[in-house]
Amino acid sequence: MQIKKQSKHYDAVIVGSGAGGGMAAYTLAKAGLKVCLLEAGAMYDPQKNITQLKNPWESPRRGASTKFRPFGDFDACYYGWDVEGEPYTKAPGTEWDWWRARMLGGRTNHWGRISLRFGPKDFKRKDIDGLGENWPIGYEDIKPFYDRVDKLIGIFGTNEGLEDHPDGFFLPPPKPRLHELFIQKGAAVSGVKVIPSRLSILTQKLNDERGVCFFCGQCNRNCSMAKADFSSTNVLIYPALATGNIDVVPNAMAREVLTNNEGLATGISYINKDDMMEYQVTGRTVILAASACESSRLLLNSKSKRHPNGLANSSDVVGRYLHDSTGAAMGGVLPQLFDRKRYNEDGVGGMHIYSPWWLDNKKLDFPRGYHIEYWGGMSQPAYGFGGGIEGMNGKFAVRGQQKEAGGYGKSLKEDYRYFYGASVGMAGRGEAIPLYDNRCEIDPNVVDKFGIPVLKFNVKWSDHEILQAKHMKETFDEMMHNMGAIVTWGGDYNKENNYGLESPGKIIHEAGTARMGSDPKTSVLNKYNQAHDCKNLFVVDGAAFTSQADKNITWTILALSMRASEYIIAEMKKQNL
Amino acid sequence: MNRRETLKLLGVGAISGTALVSGCKPKDDKGGAVTDPEFTYDRAKEELVREKELLAQANFFSKEEMATITILSDIIIPKDEVSGSASEAKVPEFIEFIVKDMPQHQIPMRGGLRWLDLQCLNRFGKPFRECSDKQQIELIDMIAYPNKAKPEMSQGVAFFNRMRNLVASGFYTSEMGVADIGYAGNSPNQWNGVPDDVLKQYELAYTEKQLKECVKFDR
Repeated sequence: MQIKKQSKHYDAVIVGSGAGGGMAAYTLAKAGLKVCLLEAGAMYDPQKNITQLKNPWESPRRGASTKFRPFGDFDACYYGWDVEGEPYTKAPGTEWDWWRARMLGGRTNHWGRISLRFGPKDFKRKDIDGLGENWPIGYEDIKPFYDRVDKLIGIFGTNEGLEDHPDGFFLPPPKPRLHELFIQKGAAVSGVKVIPSRLSILTQKLNDERGVCFFCGQCNRNCSMAKADFSSTNVLIYPALATGNIDVVPNAMAREVLTNNEGLATGISYINKDDMMEYQVTGRTVILAASACESSRLLLNSKSKRHPNGLANSSDVVGRYLHDSTGAAMGGVLPQLFDRKRYNEDGVGGMHIYSPWWLDNKKLDFPRGYHIEYWGGMSQPAYGFGGGIEGMNGKFAVRGQQKEAGGYGKSLKEDYRYFYGASVGMAGRGEAIPLYDNRCEIDPNVVDKFGIPVLKFNVKWSDHEILQAKHMKETFDEMMHNMGAIVTWGGDYNKENNYGLESPGKIIHEAGTARMGSDPKTSVLNKYNQAHDCKNLFVVDGAAFTSQADKNITWTILALSMRASEYIIAEMKKQNL
Repeated sequence: MNRRETLKLLGVGAISGTALVSGCKPKDDKGGAVTDPEFTYDRAKEELVREKELLAQANFFSKEEMATITILSDIIIPKDEVSGSASEAKVPEFIEFIVKDMPQHQIPMRGGLRWLDLQCLNRFGKPFRECSDKQQIELIDMIAYPNKAKPEMSQGVAFFNRMRNLVASGFYTSEMGVADIGYAGNSPNQWNGVPDDVLKQYELAYTEKQLKECVKFDR
């Protein structure tokens, strides 16, 4: 076997092309630096690889999910929970579900576009409740970058003057849908705050390169037609490619970060999945953005004389403090909406309203907050449509007529029409406490099909998260009642099932495995996402997060990646890198 | 199907020998049609390989099983004033595909159909598909209502629930079914909020704040 060394020497070699890698590639390329962008998945062009505006009958499985598209046949993301030939393991008695997108742009092609700034308190939670660790930066450090991300990428929302849900540069939000007006009413009775959602979707023109949302509700298919939502591909990578400063290498599975005798990073060794040959590419800096766990795996697999415990891991913190958002959900029907009038209420791809955390934890039995996401209404039929109607049509009278549950025929057709569009649901997404013992490490016995040692996960929820889920469920129950909804699923929560708390990893907000900090003994990166142990190595994905607030992490990944990239440019000018 | 057509269908080079053999089965064995493998929407490379394998597979259901599925589908979703029947919407073909795509349906479906035939043989001396309309409905009435079905019919209830769900999935995702249910989206538009008459119907209104801050369009 031969290793092919690329002759071109880059200013930066970036691993991963999602939010963190895309922003780094964009920022560096625009500044004139030469960038090599490695992506483990396939090349993908949103303007050619289209699933948007397709009808359910165009899919032989009618939009059902597959191993390739766990979120449905029209979802834009390639792969997810189960990647062929790339296993991972778990310590006995622990759970972790690991989502891996394998395509240019990664998960940003299908994500929920929920774009929430962390607030001032979110960077200093240890000061408030004594748990976890403070970030080495504060809101004032990141605010200018949030502002610029808002303006560069675009986001709708409203300035509400809420201390921990900071104002930004928002485009106007869409008006609430019908079921959202009922949610708003129910929430008001329960004292739950509801405000317009904050999604990176263009409700007005932002620039000449991108169009405006036309309300098909299909952001998870990526906006091929108008580029009106944020994906790394549409908004960062293809524009960066136009500079001519980037070489994208798809199907490049990184094996190891290469280092020299001084312990500095020199490049990346990778397998090209197309020809299964081994390659090396070198650069002045190496930037990891392969997803929190994948980046940590790379570091742990990059052992050398200077870095015997894995690269940038003298602290033994790489892989530790792994945490996901908490999640619990409940769904039901709004009987007021039975037999409702039909009209197009697709709206944007996601909720038009949401609930930011509204309570004070000092008065509660768990330490951190959560926000609530909502859904419901008349969505596009897909596989599973009308499923379980036998649990509905005996429970509720149809047009005044009480029927026997189940059935068939013309009467059943009437039932499907009667119940369509009356569903409503909500889910909490909360902040978990990052714990030292919650980690991923290298499994000593298992390799993937490329011969790369795989991750072994060892993560358990603590009472903090379980009690938070209990609060979510009790709140949802009350809100459902207050809006007049009948709970049809998620109502069976108790101590034995952790109050419906999703297993860790399921919410796909993995973070914390190469955390930032000011002390090199207890953190991997400094406040510029730069490795304490290796000054020309940066990690710009969720791994860098000291904690992840009750806010979806993408907007903060983007802001930190922009900040780190500008730091790299400045340090290069000073000849420090 | 000759070899060249097979290769064209499957994508040259990416397929194992066994798949090539099974790819020829439909016409040789059971006369099932090979579906056009062209997709109108994005397929990743490995995904397309699997799609073509799936579409080239021999039919799962026998002719007799398909006949029963077709009768059941049209009992569940018959033609009415609004739309056509399940078989007109090609629901049986959808079910044939989905059991290949989701193998977890295969045993319950095959076994459920067999269960049904045995019930009919014992009662009427004929398999379900050969029974009179009246006999068929007599049997279906024993399994279509979960709360009043006799305990000894519980396996039939489980089968009919699955069948009802699959037929609903197939029908309401067809062009005819989407029109029937009245889904009005999947087309470019300008969302201006809930229509006024609907707001009025539910005695709801947007707040001043919402009217001021939300995006609006002149129509």
